[in-house]
Amino acid sequence: MTRTIRSMPGGPDFRPPDVNPRSAGLVILALLVALALWSSIFTVAPEEVGVVLTFGRYSRQVDPGLNFKLPYPIEVVSKVPVQRQLKEEFGFRTQRAAVRSSFVASQEEALMLTGDLNVAVVEWTTQFRVNDPFKALFRVRNPIETFRDMNEAIMRTVVGDRSVSEVLTIGRQEIASEVELRLQELCDQYELGLKIEQVVLQDVNPPDEVKPSFNEVNQAQQEREKLINEARTAFNQIIPRARGEAHQTIEEAEGYATDRVNRAEGDAKRFRALVLAYRKAPEVTRRRIYLESMQRILPRVRRSIVVDDEFKGLVPLLNLDGPRATEVKP
Amino acid sequence: MSRVMMVVLGVIGLLALLVLSGATYVVDETEQIVLTQFGSPVGEPVTTPGLKLKLPFIQTANRFEKRFLEWDGDSNQLPTKDKRFIHVDTYARWRIIDPLKFFQRLRDERGGQSRLDDILDGESRNTIAKHDLIEVVRNTNREFAATEELGSVGDEARKKIKFGRGELENEVLRNAQARTSDLGIEILDFRFKRINYVEEVQREVYARMISERKRIAEQFRAEGAGEAARINGERERELRTITSEAYRTAQEIKGVADASAATIYARAYNLDAAFYRFTRSMEVLEETMGPDTVVLLATDGELLRFLENSR
Repeated sequence: MTRTIRSMPGGPDFRPPDVNPRSAGLVILALLVALALWSSIFTVAPEEVGVVLTFGRYSRQVDPGLNFKLPYPIEVVSKVPVQRQLKEEFGFRTQRAAVRSSFVASQEEALMLTGDLNVAVVEWTTQFRVNDPFKALFRVRNPIETFRDMNEAIMRTVVGDRSVSEVLTIGRQEIASEVELRLQELCDQYELGLKIEQVVLQDVNPPDEVKPSFNEVNQAQQEREKLINEARTAFNQIIPRARGEAHQTIEEAEGYATDRVNRAEGDAKRFRALVLAYRKAPEVTRRRIYLESMQRILPRVRRSIVVDDEFKGLVPLLNLDGPRATEVKP
Repeated sequence: MSRVMMVVLGVIGLLALLVLSGATYVVDETEQIVLTQFGSPVGEPVTTPGLKLKLPFIQTANRFEKRFLEWDGDSNQLPTKDKRFIHVDTYARWRIIDPLKFFQRLRDERGGQSRLDDILDGESRNTIAKHDLIEVVRNTNREFAATEELGSVGDEARKKIKFGRGELENEVLRNAQARTSDLGIEILDFRFKRINYVEEVQREVYARMISERKRIAEQFRAEGAGEAARINGERERELRTITSEAYRTAQEIKGVADASAATIYARAYNLDAAFYRFTRSMEVLEETMGPDTVVLLATDGELLRFLENSR
């Protein structure tokens, strides 16, 4: 917001050439007229407005385009870029990042105390426009310096009411909007003629010395989630399976029960039927069953030895490992 | 026109120009003027812009700023009431409201700035020294938003403030205003721009922050391990409950089945216990006699008895 035309370049003191004074006077007069005309015409760029002062007093505001005013000592014009979005950076410099001194200065700018008496490094930019050229030109000297001071003071006030965790994580948006609000209030109070467009928090970090331990916290947080997830996974793997297996066990038991009872009933029915038949002819049936059983058994066995009553002490003589023999002795 | 005539006219014209420029002056929108005559002020200060008249040669126009001016304090190292050393960087806004008084008391802007240095630095020192650090940092008693690490906020930071930053700024402003009222200047606002720990304190604070973070990290890890152990325990309990309940139910079912089977068998076999023993013996014999069995048949046994008899 520079006041562009404050003074015109003074003519160099030149020696008048040795000519007729009358024509010399004419030349000087013509020069003066040309100068006056030249300083009466000015253009205002599309994003600017011109503010014209007559003998130092505000007279009018002119729009972009070609404009006229009274020549220099009487009227002066100042151009203000009202449409241009202006930007101030805090805690860092885009253009002059390479310059060591400005980097150091900006570290100071970004370092601030949080409400829990910790330290955070907050970098931000503020975008704004001039919305009142008159105020911007004539109400405040060094409006940009003032504006920067305001920014720093307000950002620190807002951050000072928040914990460091809040500043670093969830509070960012809220901080930006509160700063925006307070900054606009203060701009109006200071009559800067500026309109805040947006406050944007850039990098918000713990100080470098402390950063590793903040990262450690993040890591620990991840670790915690990992441990819990692993345990949950194991739980989800094992329990549904166990439920299924339990179901299987019970079903199997049911099966066993049905099997057992059915078999018992079958056996019982069979026996009952047998008993009924047996009762009709007990002796014959007994013998028949015995003989039938023997008939089934004897062909299967390796050796059958018939032993008479008179033969005693036979058993030790038997070659029990010998080949199958069906010796039937009388 | 003679040459002499031209010279005389020229001199008169020059003189007229000189008088005219001495008798007029321009007041800018940003300025106010105190006229002085041989060094001593005359008349009321001129505060409106435009082209003005004065007596040429004997009156001088002294220009003063009408705009709001900035005052930027040096970064001072100040102790708070709780003996914490902090760097305090301040700024203020002021303007010359009575240029005449200003001119008489302070002469020019540099004088004004240096007087403001004295007053504002002194007042901020007083105010800072009267309050704890937390009063300078916090502005309100706003509750911190809940973050997972809220537990880490120290007792000091949990203390409620009585005044707060804004109130302290107002205090400095009020006291300074009282001291500048007769200087022709008005201080409109005063703010703490930057507040930082001095280097030694900063190192301590960093160390504290690091240990605090380590504690939080440990807490997170412990929470993770604890939660995992809880889930694992729950899993084990659940597992055992499920399997044992299944076992119990299965055994119950089997028991009931066994019991009813036993009852069924008993009821059937009680019809003729002796016959049951006989048939069962036959079954057992049939099942146990394998190819390796050697059977000794006695001639007086049931099977061969008839052979003997027929002999």
